[in-house]
Amino acid sequence: MSLPPETRPADTGVIHDIGYRGYTGPRLGRAYATRSLFTQSLRAAYGLGRSGKSKVLPFLVLGVVTVPAMIFVAVAIAMKREELPVEYPGYLSSLSLVVSVFLASQAPVLLSRDLRYQTVPLYFSRPITRTDYVRAKFAAMVCAQLLLMAAPLLVLYAGALLGGMDFSHNTGQFLYGLAAAVLYAVVPTSVALVIAATTPRRGFGVAAIMGYLAVSAAVATVAVGISNPSTSGSDTAQWTSLISPTDLVESLVNELFELGNGLDRRHAPGGLGLAVFALVAVAMVVGSYRLLLSRYKKV
Amino acid sequence: MNPTVARLTLRGLLGRRRGLLLLVVPALLLLVSAIASGSSADAHGLTVKILGQLGLGTLVPLLGLVVGTGVIATEIDDGSIVYLLAKPLPRWRIITTKLAVATGVTWLFSVVPTLLSGLLLYGTRDGVVLGYTVAVLVAGAAYSALFLLLGVATRHAVVAGLGYALIWESVVGNFVEGARTLSVQQWGKAVAEAVAGDTAIGADVSFGAAVPLLLVVTVGATVLASVKLAGLTLAGEE
Repeated sequence: MSLPPETRPADTGVIHDIGYRGYTGPRLGRAYATRSLFTQSLRAAYGLGRSGKSKVLPFLVLGVVTVPAMIFVAVAIAMKREELPVEYPGYLSSLSLVVSVFLASQAPVLLSRDLRYQTVPLYFSRPITRTDYVRAKFAAMVCAQLLLMAAPLLVLYAGALLGGMDFSHNTGQFLYGLAAAVLYAVVPTSVALVIAATTPRRGFGVAAIMGYLAVSAAVATVAVGISNPSTSGSDTAQWTSLISPTDLVESLVNELFELGNGLDRRHAPGGLGLAVFALVAVAMVVGSYRLLLSRYKKV
Repeated sequence: MNPTVARLTLRGLLGRRRGLLLLVVPALLLLVSAIASGSSADAHGLTVKILGQLGLGTLVPLLGLVVGTGVIATEIDDGSIVYLLAKPLPRWRIITTKLAVATGVTWLFSVVPTLLSGLLLYGTRDGVVLGYTVAVLVAGAAYSALFLLLGVATRHAVVAGLGYALIWESVVGNFVEGARTLSVQQWGKAVAEAVAGDTAIGADVSFGAAVPLLLVVTVGATVLASVKLAGLTLAGEE
């Protein structure tokens, strides 16, 4: 039972002056913070360090792109074939839709949530600058995509070597595949990140990215299909690939490394086409990066 | 149907320039058809490619996905659904109203352009265009119901819907013949073939199987969505 205030002895309560101490330890600086943001974003793209539910989709996609590669290798070895039944870059382009789903679902995870819960200003209250933020997020998404595509290529390559297939041919093709993977990881990703940065709603971001990638790819495919390359031999319809980031990369890689065959082979039409396609790819990446920078100027 | 819920849903779906984004779909279909109608290639092949592959195969599922999840998943996502659920309205009425709006919008943005671009490409011969229009009509309704259900059932409705519409129907369906039996797109094609008479639309499912499946999916998805909404728990984002 406490005493009424006025009867309490006056000298029992003491405020100790412990002083205000500033932090005097080492400061790790901007570069360290940017690196941390990069690692955390890369982990977030695969749902690592998050709940089990957010790991489902990334690892499902990783499984979907890797398991067919294992099957191809197993079949090739079991039937004692001299080479793999697929080309390395061709394998990537046939799975580009699945890779796009990963991109569409994870790019908003990296960008939209920060906007929605207004954590972006918190980042900028740290030593990190706006450019660092964009750079870290961009690099994280590109790396996540690259890892996703490098995994099946490594499975194919390792399987081919273990199966005693031609070393130099496979190494060359594997390097072509890696080059294609880098392009696939950079060009569509940059466009997707711009779309993701415009909306704080995750679901809307996913739909918008996938809508753009799938619709542009479908339009280009149909345009090439209806131009009847078998009869007319005309390359004009190939120019429609310019609207679709994934088809653009596929055409560029096929023409650059002289890959692919069949009537529906996508390729950049001739030397001029090659130059234009390469320029458009560069413009897409640089333009998207610029747009991202200007987007975060006024957050 | 509840007119107030319908009006609010419609505004959430088309308001603030979002309607303009949806307008891209019909514009694209008409643009491609307009360009293709100038070419000298075989008109029937063109129609099947554009209306079948581009329209029914890609644009309609995507439109159904955006609209079907847009009418309810966004509200569940930002938590504003509680204000609607707190009203003295049976949950199934909310679902049917939202489904009606979703189906209407999907039809508006897909059936009309399909009919127009079909007429542009192929005229009125053989009923091919009519067939595709009916196919888009039924497929649009089925997709709307299916994706509305996904919107209620999972927080990752858009991704799950993409997985079904693009991966299952086009990639898996290309390699595994059995997968085509469970594809809204193929059911739509079966209906198109039945309406047009057999003019090489190329359906892999018989008409007799497609109609019951379409009905079961549309009605079943609506019922299931009502049940799911009746016991909805609002979870935080992980």
